[in-house]
Amino acid sequence: MIELVDVVHSFESSSNGLVEALSHINLKINDGEFLVVLGHNGSGKSTLARHLNGLLQPQHGFIVVDGLEIHDEEQLWEIRKKVGMVFQNPDNQLVATTVEEDVAFGLENLGVPPEEIRKRVDEALERVGMAGFAKREPHHLSGGQKQRVAIAGVIAMKPDYLVLDEPTAMLDPKGRKEVLDTVHSLNKEEGLTVIHITHFMEEAVDADRVLVMENGKIMLAGTPMQVFKQVEELHKLRMDVPLIVELAEQLRQELPLGQDILCLEDMVEELCKLQ
Amino acid sequence: MQITIENLDFTYKLNTPFAMQALENINLSIAEGEFVCLIGPTGSGKSTLIQQLNGLLLPTNGKIQVEELVIMPNSKRLNALRRRVGLVFQYPENQLFEETIFADIAFGPKNLGLNAAEIEERVKKAMALVKLDYEKLKNRSPFALSGGQMRRVAIAGVLAMETKILVLDEPIAGLDPLSRNELLSAISELHEKLGITIIMISHSMDDVAKYAQRVIVMDNKRIIMDDSPREIFKNAEKLLAVGLDVPTMSKLLWELKKQGWQVKTDCLSLAEAKAEILQAVRRKKNA
Repeated sequence: MIELVDVVHSFESSSNGLVEALSHINLKINDGEFLVVLGHNGSGKSTLARHLNGLLQPQHGFIVVDGLEIHDEEQLWEIRKKVGMVFQNPDNQLVATTVEEDVAFGLENLGVPPEEIRKRVDEALERVGMAGFAKREPHHLSGGQKQRVAIAGVIAMKPDYLVLDEPTAMLDPKGRKEVLDTVHSLNKEEGLTVIHITHFMEEAVDADRVLVMENGKIMLAGTPMQVFKQVEELHKLRMDVPLIVELAEQLRQELPLGQDILCLEDMVEELCKLQ
Repeated sequence: MQITIENLDFTYKLNTPFAMQALENINLSIAEGEFVCLIGPTGSGKSTLIQQLNGLLLPTNGKIQVEELVIMPNSKRLNALRRRVGLVFQYPENQLFEETIFADIAFGPKNLGLNAAEIEERVKKAMALVKLDYEKLKNRSPFALSGGQMRRVAIAGVLAMETKILVLDEPIAGLDPLSRNELLSAISELHEKLGITIIMISHSMDDVAKYAQRVIVMDNKRIIMDDSPREIFKNAEKLLAVGLDVPTMSKLLWELKKQGWQVKTDCLSLAEAKAEILQAVRRKKNA
């Protein structure tokens, strides 16, 4: 479990003075959970993500990851092994000249024995569906493939938590689907805890829990259904609801549709029940 | 035609061991005032193609004509072209550099040799177009703004050039839903009110369905489809095969059809899909 207690982090801004990017955040992230964090540009999502493995430290309050305290430098490296991060732009994250070397990079730095590295790299590439690409050059891959290699590099370190900061923002539809399917299967099949930050509302509908942030605070939290019901509140927070949820809302004025419609499959099921 | 591209090929690093062809036999004409969306998987050649439109890259073979200006493989003096075609890159906010928002937007017009009053006029107009408050923001640092506002400052810098053609490479990538909608409405307004020709790359099929008058699909260096959104999105299988998708509403209707519903599948908007579904439900009741 990752626990944040009363975490504050402020930045000096040239025109607005001191701005609280995180304002007294209290949050527990449970083992095996798929947590989606929404919020407009500048709401504090990325600052939150960077606290989860100590890239940024709280200025007030504290964070504990599986009993390890993040402000303790001796425990910080242990925490970084537990909490892997993947960022928006895959081109900024890939460092080596072949896919397998890229995935091995972190393990080499930890001094893992070569046989063990071989095994973990092969497993990680297999897990993200990139096994056939081990010898390829990363810069010749598509955006979705690059992002999956970046994820492989992280899961080769065998983390317990995977933090993704807008990993699909730059991808085409197929790339987005590949990355999301990969992350969901890691969560379901390996029990990896996922913290997924995104601007795509549709990516939140399969989450266990959704948070919406603004001004460094958590404004809404709940299951996707609970959150996406609050249409007005979401609009105030510069968010939207998925198109399917909006359609369901409109159709309900004329048809006796059930309440639990979040995605396309739900909608088809409910419509087919009508006859 | 305002833009004509004939038999265009482009190869990066030509005549080196690293030569890589990025565009192959592109033929295309775009009329003044069109709103064109360019879609295609990563690496299909979209960004390379739009960089040809304002002379950042020159054709390896073939030619491009923008109004009366002709661009050939060895063309020089591209300034005249750049005054016709404004290009907004991906993540344009990374290119902001001035100390104030005014100075950043004024940079282009200044280089056109306009006088101070003309420059101010252009900055005011450009900021109004992207819904930024001139008086409130002109003296602030562009770096103190939110991501969505920074993006709008960067776009205002291109708009201040007052080109008749505006080309945008994934302008909404990384923006939150409301910023996305605001920016797309601003672009659509430029098109409707000022008659500016818009050429926009997008990965969002729902936005393409909503805004485009015409959709050009690229795959593997070539143009593979060129038609109205309604016709393009009828080809679900072909689009999926190249890594694209169809808009959410048309996907829903395809699924219903698979379940035996008698529905049209080429609905693009929520309103159309809603009407189609209600009609199908009524037909079933009456049957």
